[in-house]
Amino acid sequence: METIERAIDPSHMKISDEIAIQIRAMNKWYGQFHVLRDINLTVHRGERIVICGPSGSGKSTLIRCINRLEEHQSGQIVVDGTELTSDLKNIDTVRSEVGMVFQHFNLFPHLTILENCTLAPIWVRKVPKEEAEETAMHFLRKVKIPDQAHKYPGQLSGGQQQRVAIARSLCMKPRIMLFDEPTSALDPEMIKEVLDTMISLAEEGMTMLCVTHEMGFAQAVANRVVFMDQGQIVEQNTPREFFNNPQSERTKMFLSQILGH
Amino acid sequence: MANAVEKPKDSFRPSMLLYDTRYRSLTIQIVVFALFVAAAAWLIDNTVRNLSALGKDFDFGFLGVRAGYDIAQHLIPYTQNSTHAQAMLVGLLNTLLIAVMGCALATVIGVIVGVLRLSSNWLVARLMTVYVEMFRNVPVLLWILLFYTVFSEASPTPAAFRGEDGQSMLLGLFAVTNRYTAIPDVAVERGFGTLDLGLFSLNLTFAAIVVVLAASFYVRHRLKARARAVQESTGRRPSTWWKSLLIVVLPIALLLWVLGTHLLVPSLSGFNFTGGINVPNSFMALWLALSFYTGAFIAEIVRAGILAVSRGQSEAAFALGLRPRRTMSLVILPQALRVIVPPLISQFLNLTKNSSLAIAVGYLDLRGTLGGITLNQTGRELECVLLMMLIYLAISLIISGGMNVYNSRIRLKER
Repeated sequence: METIERAIDPSHMKISDEIAIQIRAMNKWYGQFHVLRDINLTVHRGERIVICGPSGSGKSTLIRCINRLEEHQSGQIVVDGTELTSDLKNIDTVRSEVGMVFQHFNLFPHLTILENCTLAPIWVRKVPKEEAEETAMHFLRKVKIPDQAHKYPGQLSGGQQQRVAIARSLCMKPRIMLFDEPTSALDPEMIKEVLDTMISLAEEGMTMLCVTHEMGFAQAVANRVVFMDQGQIVEQNTPREFFNNPQSERTKMFLSQILGH
Repeated sequence: MANAVEKPKDSFRPSMLLYDTRYRSLTIQIVVFALFVAAAAWLIDNTVRNLSALGKDFDFGFLGVRAGYDIAQHLIPYTQNSTHAQAMLVGLLNTLLIAVMGCALATVIGVIVGVLRLSSNWLVARLMTVYVEMFRNVPVLLWILLFYTVFSEASPTPAAFRGEDGQSMLLGLFAVTNRYTAIPDVAVERGFGTLDLGLFSLNLTFAAIVVVLAASFYVRHRLKARARAVQESTGRRPSTWWKSLLIVVLPIALLLWVLGTHLLVPSLSGFNFTGGINVPNSFMALWLALSFYTGAFIAEIVRAGILAVSRGQSEAAFALGLRPRRTMSLVILPQALRVIVPPLISQFLNLTKNSSLAIAVGYLDLRGTLGGITLNQTGRELECVLLMMLIYLAISLIISGGMNVYNSRIRLKER
């Protein structure tokens, strides 16, 4: 249980100097289409970064490059000291350090909630089943659904499924969590329960990158907001500066549209 | 306070039979059932009257009469002097043989082609597409005839294998000729003999092989269960593949050695191959054509099944650190199977029923014996056709029953 002790260690509540993710001059194309242009981003351990921008701006593609669900064609991505190349070993190392939560949950429908949470620890981390189940129950209690452990994903509500998805990622004890629009597929009253779970995760010092349109979450939790448009990082700043004093015209327009009503 | 509202009285009027939802469906069902019974009774009555007008009766006694014709491929002892019932049984076994072997080969072809069609290798994927489109867009009867023509017209005669400069046998074991494909036979020197049990005799050698195989597969099953238990308690799965290989291979190899088993390789003597088994080309053509034809459909079913599992599933598994092979076996296939199995049942049923096209190449299956020669010789059309339909129906129901049991075991549990 060393990860949990690490997580509640107050020194990690602060942002450390240690670099968690380093992206340098990264480019990506889909065929002829230039999706990501010259991306430079440094994430320190303990940072909570919200990535926002209009749809099609490459936000999701960017964070999917961080665990190599998408390949980048030029530039460098270093996660926890491991550079992402086509080397399978490096990819395995990075993926076991980085957890990911998807817009559509992507729980395995043929497995129970508990089996969803223990599958990867058992087959990837080689943890004994009993221990894996204990860990799973610990995280299911943390996201407040331990009583659903033996049900199947299809029997749960959207908000519950997304919390299971978060617990499933946490069972691998990742040092970095990626969230790809975690609340976009949810009913309004379920968004809060998922955001609450994410906030408590942030309080424990988890390094988080979150693509979201929840500007309230960005203001409350993030220490940095990254704004993207047409595959480029247009602007990044603290939430206070970003919302009150946007620098570029594009950001101002985006904010007026998203906060205007 | 007394009941203010009284329950309305249920007074039945005849018009309610048609306009009341409570009785309407019952009325309709009774009417339809009555019509069906009347139609069936009229058909049967008509048939019996016509038959008796022709001086015929409805009787299955002909099944006990001497058949008087030869069947080239018989899996049980059969001569001209056997009865029509025995001829029917030989035909049925031939049908079952082609159905079982066809379903097995078609599944293997289908799974391989279906997976390869999704390959990122351009050439492989296109080749598989060509195969699928060629085979499923031409009637299966033409494929059977084509395969038969290739075997009987384009293959050498047995005599062509004679001498130094003659054709050489495939791997020194097989010979494809224009009349049959010669394959090696298996023989034992020291068999255990047979045990006469009155009704039927038991081949002890065969029984011993079955028992040993069953026992070693049981031990292998226990070994896997123990490996799983060890994995659950320590997290490390002990490597079992070499142990399970030994457990399965060693006892049967020992038994075969004790029995003095050896291959009888076919060799040319005179104008024909002897020593091995000569499989008639009609069987080979039918088997291969049915398998490749049905395999094309199964390939599409397998491809659809894998594609039906959303990309998000494999992405989630990758993000958790699972390797592609584990993702396939733990996440994709268990979900794909539930999409694959129901249409797979139909393909098995199709292949089994299409095997009755055997008549085109002169392979005597159930349709060729009971529905062909027996029917022509005895003139019992109604009996033969009814019996044949009943048997095909029974085979199909058994296949789909068995597959449905399997399907319900792998079905996705929701709610």
